[in-house]
Amino acid sequence: MAQAPAVSLDQFKEIARRVRRHILEMTTAANSGHPGGSLSAVEIVTAAYFAVMRHDPQNPAWPDRDRWIMSKGHATPVIYSVLAEAGYFPVDELLTFRKLGSRLQGHVVMGNPPGVEMSAGALGMGLSFSLGQALAGRLDRRGYQVYCLLSDGDSEEGQTWEAAMAAAHHKAGNLVAIVDRNHIQNDGYSDLQHFPGNGDRPADVPGGWVLPDGHTANIMNLEPLADKWKAFGWKVWRVADGNDFEQVIPALKEARDYNEGPAVLICETVKGKGVSFMENNPDYHGKAATPEQLKQALGELGFN
Amino acid sequence: MVQTLGEKATRDVLGPTLARLCRDGADIVCVDADLGFSTSAVKFGAEFPERFFPIGVAEQNMIGVAAGLAAAGKVAFCSSFAVFAPGHCFDQLRMAVAQPRTNVKLFASHAGVVTGEDGASAEALEDLALMLSMPPFRVIFPADAVEAEQAIEVAARTDGPFYIRALRPKTAVIHDGDYNFQLGKWPVLREGKDVTLIAVGELVLAALEAAEKLAGEGIQARVLNAASLRPLDEDALLAAAADTGAIVTAEDHFVVGGVGSLVSQVLAEKRPAPVEFVGMRDRYGTSGTWQQLLEYFNLTPDAIAKAARNAIARKSG
Repeated sequence: MAQAPAVSLDQFKEIARRVRRHILEMTTAANSGHPGGSLSAVEIVTAAYFAVMRHDPQNPAWPDRDRWIMSKGHATPVIYSVLAEAGYFPVDELLTFRKLGSRLQGHVVMGNPPGVEMSAGALGMGLSFSLGQALAGRLDRRGYQVYCLLSDGDSEEGQTWEAAMAAAHHKAGNLVAIVDRNHIQNDGYSDLQHFPGNGDRPADVPGGWVLPDGHTANIMNLEPLADKWKAFGWKVWRVADGNDFEQVIPALKEARDYNEGPAVLICETVKGKGVSFMENNPDYHGKAATPEQLKQALGELGFN
Repeated sequence: MVQTLGEKATRDVLGPTLARLCRDGADIVCVDADLGFSTSAVKFGAEFPERFFPIGVAEQNMIGVAAGLAAAGKVAFCSSFAVFAPGHCFDQLRMAVAQPRTNVKLFASHAGVVTGEDGASAEALEDLALMLSMPPFRVIFPADAVEAEQAIEVAARTDGPFYIRALRPKTAVIHDGDYNFQLGKWPVLREGKDVTLIAVGELVLAALEAAEKLAGEGIQARVLNAASLRPLDEDALLAAAADTGAIVTAEDHFVVGGVGSLVSQVLAEKRPAPVEFVGMRDRYGTSGTWQQLLEYFNLTPDAIAKAARNAIARKSG
């Protein structure tokens, strides 16, 4: 296919609802995995594959395809679910996730399943790889775009900023980065944006601190994040609600169509989006719902 | 005296060889982290500017960009000093190159104590251990510039990850134009039945010189050039153990994780024989001329000959 088919807003929402269901079911079936940072990126990844990118599920090695690189390589549930929904492999296979013999490992592996562009799992590596793909596309005069999904944690890795500097330096106009800015990471709250506490910051601690439940608050404040990207030479778009298709789709298209240099979307999202007990809860960064919780979660999404 | 054919640094063949291969149609690109002047990669860049990507002093990014280029079909070379790559970017080599087997070739110069005056921080003694720990990497430590050029060509023409270890100083050329480097082959540079000296890099010449000394004592030493560390030449190694019953390894690298470990592991499993190790053990390098440092750290023909006598003395029966 040359261009993703026109899909109505309701249809996008329905795909996203199914993707959320997959994410929850596959992680519960695996009794492990990373639902939180997958749920936060559902609209971003779905929009890319169904509204923005040129790709062909029947021909994943098509040299002119747009590339989607998961730098946040732990968010396999969302990329596997979207790839399955797009037709890269059977939806039934999602329930083999993380099991012996499955193509669907816990973190992304290049080519497994078809459509996965890069191996990742150690944060910070995706943008460099994406830049390499972008430079090769320009050298070969192919018109493809490269998209790279970054997390808060990715944004803390030095390599991401090495790549950011180099991408602007080389004027990689076919490169788009998307930050899934959900403000929560493995140990807890990246900053105070979604931190529910108030007034319990130890007076003599300038950085982060450990909370009574073991999570860490204020792990690493990235702000002003947009200014950082601008200072590194990138065109920056802020997306106030990265879980809203009506904001995400036009922003992705604008970034795609900007070709003077690399472009980044900073998408404000909600970790665990769509499931009440997972939203903004660091517990579900790397933990699956129990079978009972799964029932509740599916009910909240309107599945009975 | 062992006959040599002049002197040339193994690092000086990278750029010219890549340029020649690219002229011949190889789809080569090169990512450079501000050491291409020292690794000679800039000589490729000067001829193929659109295929040469300076990315600043950022070795992690260098490996990631190279992996992306490789995944898009390019033969992606990158070069640095061995202390920086793999030193700064082991995880990137593991994740973006080794595991997905991307077609990335890392050429790392300034390995070993012969880096010289720059001192301990600049002298990589761990790089082979790091690279040999990742099975998909073919690992080559050429003995001279002739072998280095051929190794680069083999790497360019063979799909998958390669690591080529190069040296800063102008070391002796020991191979003539008829030499033919082959992956997985350890050429016999000298025949012998009493002991086998297995050497890499600049110590191949030292091993040949040690064999001359030993010959004067009536000891016939076989000398193998183990440049192809992965794949290694198991047939040559087992034959050496069977025929000579005593082994010496010689390397400008820590013996743990380098040639000594590699050889010992194969022999322990398949044909135990006494092995003596010439190499760096429990200390880092220091400043000095490269020749001084080889003497200072006992990476010499005398040290190899002594190890050979020890190995022979340990033969059973």
